[in-house]
Amino acid sequence: MKLKIGIYWGAACGGCDVAILDTHERILEIAAAADILFWPIAMDFKYDDVRAMPDGHLDAVLYSGAIRNSENEEIAVLLRRKAKAMIALGACAHIGGIPGLSNMFTRDETLKRVYIESESADNPEGVLPSERTVNDGNELELPRFYNTVKTLSQVVDVDYTIPGCPPASMQIYSAIGLIADGMLPKKGSVIGAGDRALCDECARTKSEKKITKIYRTHERLPDPETCFLEQGYLCLGPATRSGCGSRCIKSGVPCRGCYGPLDGVADQGLKMLSALASVIDGKEEQEINATLDMVAAPLTTLHRFSLASSIPRRKKV
Amino acid sequence: MAFEPRIVGFLCNWCTYTGADLAGTARVKYSPNVRSIRVMCSGRVDPVFIITALAGGADGVLIGGCHPGDCHYQEGNYKALRRYLLLRKILPEYGIEPERVRLEWVSASEGERFGRVVDEFTEQIRALGPLKLEESVLESMKNDVMHEGGTPAHTTGV
Repeated sequence: MKLKIGIYWGAACGGCDVAILDTHERILEIAAAADILFWPIAMDFKYDDVRAMPDGHLDAVLYSGAIRNSENEEIAVLLRRKAKAMIALGACAHIGGIPGLSNMFTRDETLKRVYIESESADNPEGVLPSERTVNDGNELELPRFYNTVKTLSQVVDVDYTIPGCPPASMQIYSAIGLIADGMLPKKGSVIGAGDRALCDECARTKSEKKITKIYRTHERLPDPETCFLEQGYLCLGPATRSGCGSRCIKSGVPCRGCYGPLDGVADQGLKMLSALASVIDGKEEQEINATLDMVAAPLTTLHRFSLASSIPRRKKV
Repeated sequence: MAFEPRIVGFLCNWCTYTGADLAGTARVKYSPNVRSIRVMCSGRVDPVFIITALAGGADGVLIGGCHPGDCHYQEGNYKALRRYLLLRKILPEYGIEPERVRLEWVSASEGERFGRVVDEFTEQIRALGPLKLEESVLESMKNDVMHEGGTPAHTTGV
């Protein structure tokens, strides 16, 4: 029997959906193995189509994107009910992703920045989006914009996770193969990725690490053969799960951590903090600080994709 | 009730924990606010431990290690120092006062100094007041609800 799957996006850029399409001609194999009953970004479906399904109707739902507003959450709850397996697809659903960085601010600060202060805003009356508007006697309702961005597993029970920003297309393809063949591992597993750190797979030459200078990628051209960290580039490879195929590393860009933490790690960014601090050279507070001061925006650089899933989850307010 | 600082202390087995033991046997009087956890080396103190303690209700975290050059494992205390210095840079970004985390070198013979460090740190945390990290994060999410009058989906386990 053909699989029934649903695909949805919450607070996301659509890159995960593009990654599904980037399976190229294999998309036809996916279509042959599975009926796609819901995929708003690509096909015409309505939420009522999903509401009309009996519970557990879908074999799997691939949910990409973080939970940024009440609509994201409402559809996550709905799809959870309709799905036998709820799968978090991509870094935003998995660990908060780039939208999670707005947990450095409150909802009001974000709205003010976007609608009033931003350089391209033309809003002399300072109008902000509101949840209810009456226009010609018709009431319109917008989803509630949340104060704190959440990961999918922070609002619904998640069965599996396919990490990455975006997930490597072949990994999505093989994960769908696992579902089709009934070969899914135990609940809670990360699928479509490795179980070792990216560093373990990295082809670059590694030797003793002792760094006294930190560079940002635009400041210098990195050597193509040597470990990025040894050259002073903040590469999150030591604290990041493998499985991406070293896409960035091979293109001359240090790892930014999109595949998230390894199994058993509570906070990816803090693990990277540990790793980075271990390879800094120096025993005196002053010389150590001189190097550390070169790390731009350390909290959000170390938690570029994982701030919403870091232990405090957001900036204290 | 007056605020009593809750402090978690990660103390290295070879120096600071032994120093704390000495403070006890020498009957040094000092503040009872530190809950000590013995670790083999200050280099074992993962920043995850520190943030978990703060998120779990601690108002401050004290890390105690051997003096520079005295580490039982040669380099552990230097690693602890570097992690501590980097952690102190991210704490303000989280909205947490960096003074809530303190690294001190206390040797096995410095029982009296251990008492002084604890007294000083306790008073410093008392002046800062309670951290209430988890409460503040939960409070910030209380209006993140799907429907008016609803409850936030995730109310526990920061």
